[in-house]
Amino acid sequence: MLIRNAPDLTENEVTHHGLYLRRREFLGATAGLGLTGLAGATSAASLTYAKGFSTTEKATSKEDVTSYNNFYEFGVDKGDPAQNAGRLKTRPWTVRIDGECEAPRTVDIDSLIKGAKLEERIYRMRCVEGWSMVIPWVGFPLKDLIASVKPTSKAKYVAFETLVRPSEMSGQAWNTLDWPYREGLRIDEATHPLTLMAVGLYGDALPNQNGAPLRLVVPWKYGFKGGKSIVRITLTDKQPATAWNRLAPREYGFYSNVNPAVDHPRWSQATERRIGEFRRRETLPFNGYGEYVADLYRGMDLKKNF
Amino acid sequence: MDGKKSARKRPSKLRDNIVYALVWLACFAPLVWLAWRGVNGDLGANPIEKLIRQLGVWGLRLLLVGLAITPAARIFKQPRLVRFRRTVGLFAFSYIVLHLFSYVGVDLFFDFNQLWKDILKRPFITLGMGAFALLIPLAVTSTNGWILRLGRASWQRLHWLIYLIAPLGVAHYYLLVKADHRPPLIYAAVFTVLMGWRIWDKVRSRA
Repeated sequence: MLIRNAPDLTENEVTHHGLYLRRREFLGATAGLGLTGLAGATSAASLTYAKGFSTTEKATSKEDVTSYNNFYEFGVDKGDPAQNAGRLKTRPWTVRIDGECEAPRTVDIDSLIKGAKLEERIYRMRCVEGWSMVIPWVGFPLKDLIASVKPTSKAKYVAFETLVRPSEMSGQAWNTLDWPYREGLRIDEATHPLTLMAVGLYGDALPNQNGAPLRLVVPWKYGFKGGKSIVRITLTDKQPATAWNRLAPREYGFYSNVNPAVDHPRWSQATERRIGEFRRRETLPFNGYGEYVADLYRGMDLKKNF
Repeated sequence: MDGKKSARKRPSKLRDNIVYALVWLACFAPLVWLAWRGVNGDLGANPIEKLIRQLGVWGLRLLLVGLAITPAARIFKQPRLVRFRRTVGLFAFSYIVLHLFSYVGVDLFFDFNQLWKDILKRPFITLGMGAFALLIPLAVTSTNGWILRLGRASWQRLHWLIYLIAPLGVAHYYLLVKADHRPPLIYAAVFTVLMGWRIWDKVRSRA
């Protein structure tokens, strides 16, 4: 059994308070740095990217990040995606961005990656099941993509749709979930600087089992909010239906912000097991990103809007 | 049931011992396999969860194997199979004890405060603990001495508790699953078939 020591300091303890107060500038600056990524050509294997906003915590091993996955399109066991996702062809691949916007478009994944300000973001990922990882993603802020289609004032929400292709996604032979997998965010969540569209992992192109070629990463929400293998992003004026919420509305809310004070009806969310560690650790509100995102939910009852 | 026994040739002592050893090995094998994988770091990224789940699933499987012995003995006319009920039942109990220990000791790290909250608040843990509590008297009274002490009839009645424990175990599993209920439903189906046979057998013997 592998036992690693956890860093004793949390992120806010190692972040200088002055820097913390200037965090929005900092986020802006790192986005600017990402421009350097444009210079390098993007190959399928390795990506050119800048260093972006990251936790200082030790990243979970690549082996664990790519072998322990919830991606029901490839089966319900954690090991199924790594075993079955190899059959998925991720090229050619297009993403449709439409809905309440002036410039809807269908974009090829390679030109999307080539035109993006790629940066590495090392984020904590907390699964609703009570385990967590630290994952070095490579991607670009979703807000850039949303801005490119010129959203109208009616764009209040963003809906994400995962590919349906049972011939290559063996788990879709069975209706464990109502395919396609759908996820959604409020527009202010979607355009938050921390919200990432990931195209890479550990410096390379995203492995299929992690949601290739394009997946959503929202680090302050439970992992299932991050739709994988996305083919469509739609701006809507109404709160979109989401897959787990439709299956069990009492258990999985639309917001699904990481919240140790709101238990899943069947298990506690107070603690989590960081993959690679032995003892459980306390779960932090908003997965430790509260200083950046708590404002989005000011005045809301988070027990009701779980 | 025993009417034909004398007419049947009693198997040799050696054959008896070999069969007994095979049953033991079969019951032990999953534990050895799990331990081997654990030592070699082959239990995946979340070995503690894997260990807990595997021990629980094997406990449930052996409970159902135990319930299958009587029907199998009758259907295949092998009455001597029945003596393995105790072995299999005690192995099931052992896997469930290890399952519980790995949850309380390894997962919760003996946080009894959290354990108590789990029992009260989490229906699947409530059911699991209930099933375990009911199993204890069966394990304790599994010896020949206890059969004599209680008398065959009351001992038998006490051990009918297994018909409650097994479905509690299946429900415990079912309530834990997030979306794909097929695996626990397979166990539910096996239990239903085994109970169905018993009912059918009772009705038939009365007719």
